[in-house]
Amino acid sequence: MKTTSVFAAGAAVSFFAASFAVAGPEAEVLHYWTSGGEAKSVAVLQEEFKANGGTWTDMPVAGGGGDAAMTALRARVLSGNAPTAVQLKGPAIQEWYEEGVLADISAVAEAQGWADVLPDSIAGHMKCDGTWCAAPVNVHRVDWIWANAEILAANGIDMPTTWDEFNAAAEKLQAAGIIPLAHGGQAWQDATVFETVVLGIGGPDFFKRALVDLDTEALTSDTMVAAFDQMRTLRGYVDDSFSGRDWNLATAMVMNGEAAFQIMGDWAKGEFLAAGKVPGKDFICASTPGDGYLYNVDSFAMFEVGGADKQAGQALLAELIMGQKFQSVFNLNKGSIPARTDVALDGFDSCAITSAEDMASTSEAGSLLPSYAHGMALRGASAGAITDVVTAHFNSDMSSEDAVQMLADAVANSM
Amino acid sequence: MTEWLERHVPKMVLAPSFVAILIFVYGFIAWTAWVSLTRSRLLPRYDIEGFIQYERLFASPRWDTAMNNLFIFGALFIIVSMFLGLMIAIFLDQKIRAEGILRTIYLYPMALSLIVTGTAWKWILNPGLGIEAVIKGWGFESFEFNWLVDPNMAIYTVVIAGVWQASGFVMALFLAGLRSVDQEIIKAAQVDGIPTHRIYSAIIIPSMAPIFLSAFIVLSHLAIKSFDLVIALTGGGPGYATDLPATYMYAMAFSRGDIGQAASSAMIMMMVVFAIVVPYLYSELRAKND
Repeated sequence: MKTTSVFAAGAAVSFFAASFAVAGPEAEVLHYWTSGGEAKSVAVLQEEFKANGGTWTDMPVAGGGGDAAMTALRARVLSGNAPTAVQLKGPAIQEWYEEGVLADISAVAEAQGWADVLPDSIAGHMKCDGTWCAAPVNVHRVDWIWANAEILAANGIDMPTTWDEFNAAAEKLQAAGIIPLAHGGQAWQDATVFETVVLGIGGPDFFKRALVDLDTEALTSDTMVAAFDQMRTLRGYVDDSFSGRDWNLATAMVMNGEAAFQIMGDWAKGEFLAAGKVPGKDFICASTPGDGYLYNVDSFAMFEVGGADKQAGQALLAELIMGQKFQSVFNLNKGSIPARTDVALDGFDSCAITSAEDMASTSEAGSLLPSYAHGMALRGASAGAITDVVTAHFNSDMSSEDAVQMLADAVANSM
Repeated sequence: MTEWLERHVPKMVLAPSFVAILIFVYGFIAWTAWVSLTRSRLLPRYDIEGFIQYERLFASPRWDTAMNNLFIFGALFIIVSMFLGLMIAIFLDQKIRAEGILRTIYLYPMALSLIVTGTAWKWILNPGLGIEAVIKGWGFESFEFNWLVDPNMAIYTVVIAGVWQASGFVMALFLAGLRSVDQEIIKAAQVDGIPTHRIYSAIIIPSMAPIFLSAFIVLSHLAIKSFDLVIALTGGGPGYATDLPATYMYAMAFSRGDIGQAASSAMIMMMVVFAIVVPYLYSELRAKND
């Protein structure tokens, strides 16, 4: 009896000693990467963090494309117990900064020379009032157009480089009884198509004035009317039962040869690859007609936390996220490209390599732009107001002139 | 001592729930009202800025659509459910065979979650999968039934699904009402040779007025708080053509980080509920006092 209690006491002592020994960097990470490939991608970070002696507390919140995670975050921040790092992106980072809850990780960022390896416009999203407050994970390109190679070859169609060429190709396909454009009638998908149309028809400068700076003159210009006209034309190229269809089902239509094209970010590539399709042979990836590059960058924002362990964890996490190894492995899993420009692209597919090359060249040319449809360019209320107009126009017989007027009113009302 | 207990025990027993309701219902209504007067975005702020959120709300075409939809959906949902419910109840009341089974079949949709109802109807009404595809498959090539994807008609698909779900429940209410009507009066009427439809329209239905009121109150609050049905059936689309105030509020609060807008729309929804419930309460309380 006595020996057991001594034994138990000894075990307790060694347990405490052990728990002191592992006390080191700690991080609680709130994210919404819960589906197959995404969960695998985030597990990479988790393992690397543990290998560096850290204690990782995973806090995955699925649902609503991040809405549920944001609700959880709000509750945590209001109760004064913010997670160490949170998957946030675009202007939402600055919005949280203005609530006074983000931490400053400039020490890590400067020591690692982030400014030299990130494209300027992407680095801008990671800074709050000049200090670094977030670390980018990946770059998704939004302005992709995917095509079924076999259909294009059978109908003698080249990848369109202008919207007029696209329309001509679509007419030809329609005559041949093929659905020209696979599309899902969900507001965000309508918005995704809309922004590529604005970029293609107005050009990068116009895109920036209209959908980033919300310049009223640009929003009500004839160019914007032309963009809405093109949306109306595209509506004619979509099949009848598109309402509410999920994006991956639209991708499947292209894969199965029911439809020729889809306009969607490069997460669509994952669907093609998962079905064993080969880029360049079974499907073709190209940027949507026109110049420019619309990015959607996932990042982790660092929240103000107390205690040396947690702060150490935060610094370690930031360092690992921007590490070459993680940037490469994570993006291979997720289908995006590294945010760092100096990562070797061995093992990436041809679409990803095109994406990386275009990112570098558009960054030089100043046409590397944030995607409005994916919450990179505008705050939630303004982006939502624009999406309301875009989706209302696309799904009704509203005239382009009315849509433009509604757009200007909605933007003014969202301020 | 016993006298003191007799006087105070009921109060003590009721006190916890009274306090809970005071805080969690009326307290949070007051909190929402306060927030609706601020410029809250991501997180609630408490500096009152006047009625700016209400001005924004009434300037928003999407909110207009949502309110119109509420009236279309609410009116049709309540009227059609009550009418169908009453008819089914009357037919079941004819001392028919297998009434128990039929009653269960009609009542069964109520057992389903609205998400299930919405998803099933989404497939049934989808022009490429459901009714339209089937009838076209039978050779009627020109048949069209694309309400689900037509922004002007989509709200009626929500009515169809809602009615399918709720009319069985209304039937059960009415059936109970029909059974509670004094049989002596009906027999007397039959002896007098009054035709059956007159017995229903002049005697039975008028005597069921309280049931109508209950059915109306239950259905109208179902209509106003409808959320899951729309989310599952149309997702608010096409565009935002089937948005309801509840889905508008959700979008503002949880997707767009615009808590002030969400709070002001919640206040308007509450006023709509009050506009229905207060006259009801008033008439109930007055009846008691008389």
